[in-house]
Amino acid sequence: MKTFSWKLLLVFAVIVAAFIYILPTLEMRINHKKEPTLWPRKEINLGLDLQGGMHLVLEVDTEKAVESNVERIAQEIKERLKKKRIRNVAVDRIEGTKISTRVQNEEAVSKVKDLLDDEFRDLKLTKSTDIGTTVFTLEIPDRETKDIQKLAIDQALETIRNRIDQFGVAEPDIRRQGDKRILIQLPGVKDPQRAKDLIGRTALLEFKLVDDTGNLQAALKGDVPPGREVLYEVDEDPETGRTSKIPLLLKRRTLLTGAYLTDARVQIDSQYNIPYVSLEFDKKGARIFERVTAENVNNRLAIVLDQKVASAPVIQEKISGGQARITGNFTMEEARDLAIVLRAGALPAPVIVLEERTVGPSLGADSIRKGLISMCIGGILVILFMIFYYKASGLIADFALMLNIILIAGGLAAFQATLTLPGIAGIILTIGMAVDANVIIFERIREELALGRTPKAALDAGYDRATLTILDANVTTLIAAVVLFQFGTGPVKGFAVTLSLGVIASMFTALILSRMIFDYILLNRKAKMLSI
Amino acid sequence: MQVIKPDINLDFIGRRKIAFYLSIAVIIISILSLIIHKGPKLGIDFEGGTLIQVKFLSSVKIDDIKVGLNTIGLGKSSVQGFGEKSTNEYLIRTESALVTSEGFSSQLKQALESSVDSDAEIRRLEMVGPQVGEDLREKALFAMFYALLFITIYISGRFEMKWLISAVMAAALIGAVYILNIFDVSIPFLIIAALIVTLILFWFLELKYAMGAIVALIHDVTITVGVFSIFEKEFTLPIIAALLTIIGYSLNDTIIVFDRIRENIKKHHKKPMAFIINRSINETLSRTVLTSVTTLFVVVTLFILGGGIIHDFAFALIIGVLVGTYSSIYVASPILLTWQQRGKTRK
Repeated sequence: MKTFSWKLLLVFAVIVAAFIYILPTLEMRINHKKEPTLWPRKEINLGLDLQGGMHLVLEVDTEKAVESNVERIAQEIKERLKKKRIRNVAVDRIEGTKISTRVQNEEAVSKVKDLLDDEFRDLKLTKSTDIGTTVFTLEIPDRETKDIQKLAIDQALETIRNRIDQFGVAEPDIRRQGDKRILIQLPGVKDPQRAKDLIGRTALLEFKLVDDTGNLQAALKGDVPPGREVLYEVDEDPETGRTSKIPLLLKRRTLLTGAYLTDARVQIDSQYNIPYVSLEFDKKGARIFERVTAENVNNRLAIVLDQKVASAPVIQEKISGGQARITGNFTMEEARDLAIVLRAGALPAPVIVLEERTVGPSLGADSIRKGLISMCIGGILVILFMIFYYKASGLIADFALMLNIILIAGGLAAFQATLTLPGIAGIILTIGMAVDANVIIFERIREELALGRTPKAALDAGYDRATLTILDANVTTLIAAVVLFQFGTGPVKGFAVTLSLGVIASMFTALILSRMIFDYILLNRKAKMLSI
Repeated sequence: MQVIKPDINLDFIGRRKIAFYLSIAVIIISILSLIIHKGPKLGIDFEGGTLIQVKFLSSVKIDDIKVGLNTIGLGKSSVQGFGEKSTNEYLIRTESALVTSEGFSSQLKQALESSVDSDAEIRRLEMVGPQVGEDLREKALFAMFYALLFITIYISGRFEMKWLISAVMAAALIGAVYILNIFDVSIPFLIIAALIVTLILFWFLELKYAMGAIVALIHDVTITVGVFSIFEKEFTLPIIAALLTIIGYSLNDTIIVFDRIRENIKKHHKKPMAFIINRSINETLSRTVLTSVTTLFVVVTLFILGGGIIHDFAFALIIGVLVGTYSSIYVASPILLTWQQRGKTRK
């Protein structure tokens, strides 16, 4: 008896461990709790296809981040030139990420050169002449471009994380994928469209002056004065759903951005009972805001959000204290979302949705129900068949089968793997294939018995000969499962996990557990016959 | 109970010619179907596009759904019923990956509800951009490739007990693939090339068991893909998972028959190969049939009760189990025999 006592211990430990890992999930489901409370507080995670939710893959347009960086430097150069009173220099962003500085008059060339050498030394500089004008072309070095791109992704990741946190999703999974992609999984999200709009919004808030003296009509026809741009104020009537677009001629220069915000909240206008978003600037932002409003009383200040004018009120007086508000025909939800994105900050570059998979909660529940029904019926068919075909030995195989399912479930919880619909299919498939190991053994034992051996000898021979075959046959399935796990995404990974767990569990139950039961019956009960 | 008696002795090997023609015929039909349909029909996972699953409260007409789609510029979408008819569920598919801009789902819901006059619930929305589609296609093919590679290495080592040769095989395969990769060959060709290299290597290294197993495996996957093509079913990520499972399952069967053949060669070394193979198949027949039956039980249950999403996956497994069982008896073993006889006539 001593020879297999360590096996007994092992089997016992494995089974107990599996139960311990399943209990928190069971308790959670039965008592409708949100979190597992029982030790070890690990539950079986359900995939998005089972609990409903959204899977998004975004790509950060890092090129745009570099461009806006270059644009900022170009602005800076312009300002420095202005300060040093160097005139007739045209500074423009060309070919996306280069700055051309065209100097018309000869005597300014050396001054511009000095300025660029002194204050913009970290840029690559090339000099050329073009019909009498000297052109300095500035370029960001490659290494820095890469840094900007990397930073843009890190920032985007952080910002999106902030927004989702504030939106309120339980256990979101946000991670970087590959070079410039962001993978977002939002289980159980109630309003996926809203969540997506919230995540995908650039939310770049800018304050610009309206140029009411300029010729808007000419600008609309394409003759935009230098340093000006035309943006639209889009207004949607919440009742009719019709939109109106009012063009505005703005001064291009950005006076203040959302980067200086410390807070953004939804408030209700007591007069009209409509929501608006109140903004609060930090000290520096407040100072800038005060100066800008003081200098431009009676002018209009446009609040530009993602290249659309939200509103353009007339500045009545100097505003100190760093408070501002964005009004518009917002619904409560829109105002709330706007406040969230402003608080969380702007994305450093626009993002593009590359992949989206949304499953409604009702479909997920349907999938679980159908999966469980198939599992039960398939399982019962197999169990009945085994009893019918192998009698009492079939019963042992069935017992092993049930234990298999428990081991798979325990394994899922222990490894914190995710159960998906294909994962349930994997368990169902395992039920069908798991009896295989037992069938191989039983058939072998039957053969040995037919050769006239005693039950004990037949049993030993059967197991000895079948063990290697079983190992071999299962390794191939395991190889397929491991490769799938490596290359699969979401649901398919879930399949790979349950399939591998199933294969390992079925080897364990067939080779160790059912063997022990047979040995016990033959030795302790002194059975003279094998019911096989 | 014993359905298949232990002394059963069916003449499988004697009928191998019929099986050979049958297999060839089915494979030709599969390949023809693939050619006619211009390759396998790819789902949105691999081709990019948008898939929307909608459930209506009452029964609706497909034409009405199309009218609704037309109003929001989705007139070119294909619409088909999904799952059981009584559930009033439909799948809408467009080839373009829609940028589901702000308020898309509510727009879609409104458009559908007004055109079909029934409450609509958008249950699933999947959008895969062309870039991601391409990535996933590549990933799936790589998965197939690596599964084949590892399995090839395993069976050439395990079957013949020549791990050194299997290491040589692996090196040769990886080398061949590496060279092809330099020339920027597309992955499907890479897989085919790798398979051809594998078969040639098996031939020269005289790995007859491995050869039989790999041929059976190619046979199974080709037929499953062919059946999918004939029924115009789509290839999605789960179907690739099913194909890999079929590879594992098919080998599983083959390995068990081959193990018995090796055992019987030691036992009856004076008997002709045809006798040994036939006897081995008969001895393992009971197990082969039983396991196929229990596996079929569960996959058919899944096919019938598992719901629309898992339907095609279960279908692939059913085909795979049937073909896999057949091939371990009628493809893998006869190849072994043919090889043996070729060797004898040469001597």
